[in-house]
Amino acid sequence: MKVVLQNLTKIFPGRGRGSHETVAVSDLNFEIPDGELIALLGPSGCGKSTTLNLISGLQKPTDGKIFFGDDDVTDLPPENRGVGLVFQNYALYPHLSVMDNIIFPLGNLRGKEKMTKSEMKQKAHEIAKLVQIDELMDRKPGELSGGQQQRVAIARALVKMPRVLLLDEPLSNLDARLRLQTREEIKRIQRETGITTVFVTHDQDEAMSISDRIIVMREGVTQQIGGPQEVYDDPANLFVANFLGTPPINVFSASVRGGRLYIGDNDVLGIKNIPDKEVWAAIRPEGFVLDENGPLECGFGSVEVMGRDISVVSENPNAVKPTVRSIISSENRVDRSQKTVRFSLKPKKVFIFDKNTEERLRFETE
Amino acid sequence: MESKSAKGWLYLLPAILFLGAFLVYPLIDVFVYSFEEGYNSASQTFFGTGLYNYSYILHDPYFLQAVRNTFILVIVTVPLSTLIALGISYGLSSIKALRELYQTVFFLPYVTNTLAVGLVFMILFQKTAYTDGLVNLVLGLFGITPVDFITGPYWAKMFVLCFYTVWVVLPFKILILTSALASVSEDYYNAARIDGTRPFRIFRKITLPMISPMLFYLIITGFIGAFKAYSDVVALFGTNLNAAEMNTIVGYVYDMLYGDSGGYPSYASAAAIVLFAIVLTITCINLLISKKHVYYGR
Repeated sequence: MKVVLQNLTKIFPGRGRGSHETVAVSDLNFEIPDGELIALLGPSGCGKSTTLNLISGLQKPTDGKIFFGDDDVTDLPPENRGVGLVFQNYALYPHLSVMDNIIFPLGNLRGKEKMTKSEMKQKAHEIAKLVQIDELMDRKPGELSGGQQQRVAIARALVKMPRVLLLDEPLSNLDARLRLQTREEIKRIQRETGITTVFVTHDQDEAMSISDRIIVMREGVTQQIGGPQEVYDDPANLFVANFLGTPPINVFSASVRGGRLYIGDNDVLGIKNIPDKEVWAAIRPEGFVLDENGPLECGFGSVEVMGRDISVVSENPNAVKPTVRSIISSENRVDRSQKTVRFSLKPKKVFIFDKNTEERLRFETE
Repeated sequence: MESKSAKGWLYLLPAILFLGAFLVYPLIDVFVYSFEEGYNSASQTFFGTGLYNYSYILHDPYFLQAVRNTFILVIVTVPLSTLIALGISYGLSSIKALRELYQTVFFLPYVTNTLAVGLVFMILFQKTAYTDGLVNLVLGLFGITPVDFITGPYWAKMFVLCFYTVWVVLPFKILILTSALASVSEDYYNAARIDGTRPFRIFRKITLPMISPMLFYLIITGFIGAFKAYSDVVALFGTNLNAAEMNTIVGYVYDMLYGDSGGYPSYASAAAIVLFAIVLTITCINLLISKKHVYYGR
């Protein structure tokens, strides 16, 4: 099922005297193709959970429209939209067994769709098998691990075969190891069912690793929509560049003079089609190459060995943060006694942003 | 390990001493008195031992009347007050405007003195030579002949007593249930809403199990409280309860000890033990039922 959001806006009125209204979501426009897995990514308070609630129908938009396929569902109550929602804390009914939790939505069906108890149970077993919890059916949620509870929640959301599956921070309550495992699992379940899925996360790793498409949000406004690699390799603005990538991108205060990019006095890169002005230059950690004759000079800090790679921590007065972190292959030997370290840069890993608007300024290398 | 547990017992000592002296010892003592015939607390003497005290009270029409009254009171008021409180609390948790005002109003009877409330009830319900009373005035509008609810027929008096008891126990139950309802996470309701669950099913399958521990607590304490009713009856009908046919078991115990016909601690003890046995049995039954129907988490 294709999901389309048109000019979607949600404004929360101010509470009490002197408080201001909050624009949680502002003029959101995007289209989710049928059967895709989409991540809504952004820091907390960026409106991603509100967007999810708007799609589910738990909240009504102030303005704009929501379509599932060709149906306008904007004014439909949640139960008539055919959505499945997995809550951040799973919201499993603690007094019901796993089985009863999963068949709970089926018990609401009426009229022609009404099912007998044995039909419900059979259906529940099918779904339980899909999420691999069919041996836990008689347990209570309190007796399950976080990952198992997560699966039960997904099973409960899927059992009615929703048109759209919504996941609110699905992995945030799991420990690191389980998180890796579960995100693969979500991807697999989504593939097997083919249900259009939207999930909300603040973890860029999570978003990059499993989604077909990422929507980056900030303060209720879409920053960029694109595939994971595209958003990483081609950020639309400084916020997106900053938000994606671990370790984070290195941002320098820089200037463009006569077709050259300067960081301090270092003439680091030749660039075309950007007029002379002050800019932000952002360089991915993997965009640095150790080079004795390289143009960018930094004060040497330390070396951290990470196995496959090493991370060189250095200092530069023009950097926004106190340290500049670069990742280079561990085949390089770093002289730890040196005072300074020199880098040359991979042009594709360097992004230039307007100093005021923080929008991307695209350039061509010579 | 040894010294640690010794220390623990030392800390518990004051509580154990006081509980032992003022709770356990009297309890045992009452049990003993109930088997001593004609015990006299002044001279500390008795004629003999046996079941005579029990036989006496079980053949005493006043005691049987008291038992009947107590049972009617319990059976009517406990379910009724719990249901009404549940309804009101559910209503309170579903409204936003004026909720706090209503909460205060519903809580007022709790901080009002029993005797004062009793007096008000008397004024409302009593029919005297001078006035029919407010309730009878209202009933008169519907063409019902006035009834004296305070000194009139048995059913009228029992009605007032039940009405009064429900009224007095409501505030506490509403208070407990409102907070119990508020503690049910909104997420459960949202999850149920997404699945298109109808309000009644949400209430029965989600709300009720979630607040069942509190509900059960109210039912148990409600039973015990109603079995021990006394001051409410005095507030409405005065101290000569046997004459009014409105005595309760606790009232009977009191009368046997200190009333005009009193001075019989043996009979009083036997009646108290009977009450104890009844309450214990009912509570055990309650606990058994609750095991199946109350959800305590995990």
